[in-house]
Amino acid sequence: MSAHDHADHDLVHGGAAHGSLKGYLIGFVLSVILTAIPFWMVMTGAIDNKQATAIIIMAFAVVQIVVHMVFFLHMNPASEGGWSMLALIFTVILVVIVLSGSLWVMYHLNANMMPGLHEMREMP
Amino acid sequence: MALTTITADAEPVFHLEEEHAHAEGGSTMLGFWLYLMSDCLIFAMLFAAFGVLGGNYAAGPAPKDLFDLGLVAVNTTMLLLSSITYGFAMLTMDKGRVGATQGWLAVTMLFGLAFLSIELYEFAHMIREGATPQRSAFLSSFFTLVGTHGLHVTFGIVWMVTLMVQVARYGLIKANRRRLMCLSMFWHFLDVVWIGVFTFVYLMGMLR
Repeated sequence: MSAHDHADHDLVHGGAAHGSLKGYLIGFVLSVILTAIPFWMVMTGAIDNKQATAIIIMAFAVVQIVVHMVFFLHMNPASEGGWSMLALIFTVILVVIVLSGSLWVMYHLNANMMPGLHEMREMP
Repeated sequence: MALTTITADAEPVFHLEEEHAHAEGGSTMLGFWLYLMSDCLIFAMLFAAFGVLGGNYAAGPAPKDLFDLGLVAVNTTMLLLSSITYGFAMLTMDKGRVGATQGWLAVTMLFGLAFLSIELYEFAHMIREGATPQRSAFLSSFFTLVGTHGLHVTFGIVWMVTLMVQVARYGLIKANRRRLMCLSMFWHFLDVVWIGVFTFVYLMGMLR
């Protein structure tokens, strides 16, 4: 097998290989369901509790992201000899630190601020 | 391999004299994936900024006054449909059918254009109502986040047109297939980011 053949083989079967028709259709149907339910929940106010709704739609988003990763981006632990997965895990860790860190720090900053004009006006 | 014992008359060799051959484009997919991950970090920053500033309306309009979830749902559908049609383009590419690949790419591009048009209509509508990026921190971070995603989609469409011209000229040669696979990852990645946008910005905004 020449190097040329090998490259061709890699391009088709290695790394971010393509899915099958079935895979794409499963992914599509799952994402339609996972998109429709959160929209329905928010648009109709199906659950009265806003916090519970927020947590549920975020859970749906996480599941849908995984569905897209698996069925559309064809992520699996073996692609590119595991390097894709490693890069993804590293990125996810960074994203979690950035998001939760920012929200946490800024929320507490706001909570511990001097009362602004807005709150002062409401004081007795 | 250049593992030699150093003798008095032999020059010591500190490197592999012959690096094993890397096929052209052999590591493109991994490299492109790393680019996407760095892009993901850009979006993480913008999401974090929106998360922090998203409630600062400066007595201006709030998400409830501005967002039309029906429109966002249509928009989301456009992007989802474009994802599956790009998938079909990749499947026909595997079979080497040039015409069908071009057709699915064109359909994908139309869905992408529909998405952009709806988004621009939404932006224009908001700006007409005075909800410009200058109005409040919420609107600044909103336009930056959603606008950055829209720009990515715009460049994705430009890239798609370029590749359609390439495929029309040279057919589904190996280089074109590699490029189409990169665009495939880019396009599906944008859909993943959009999941975050419609959940975090639009749906959660309406819940605030």
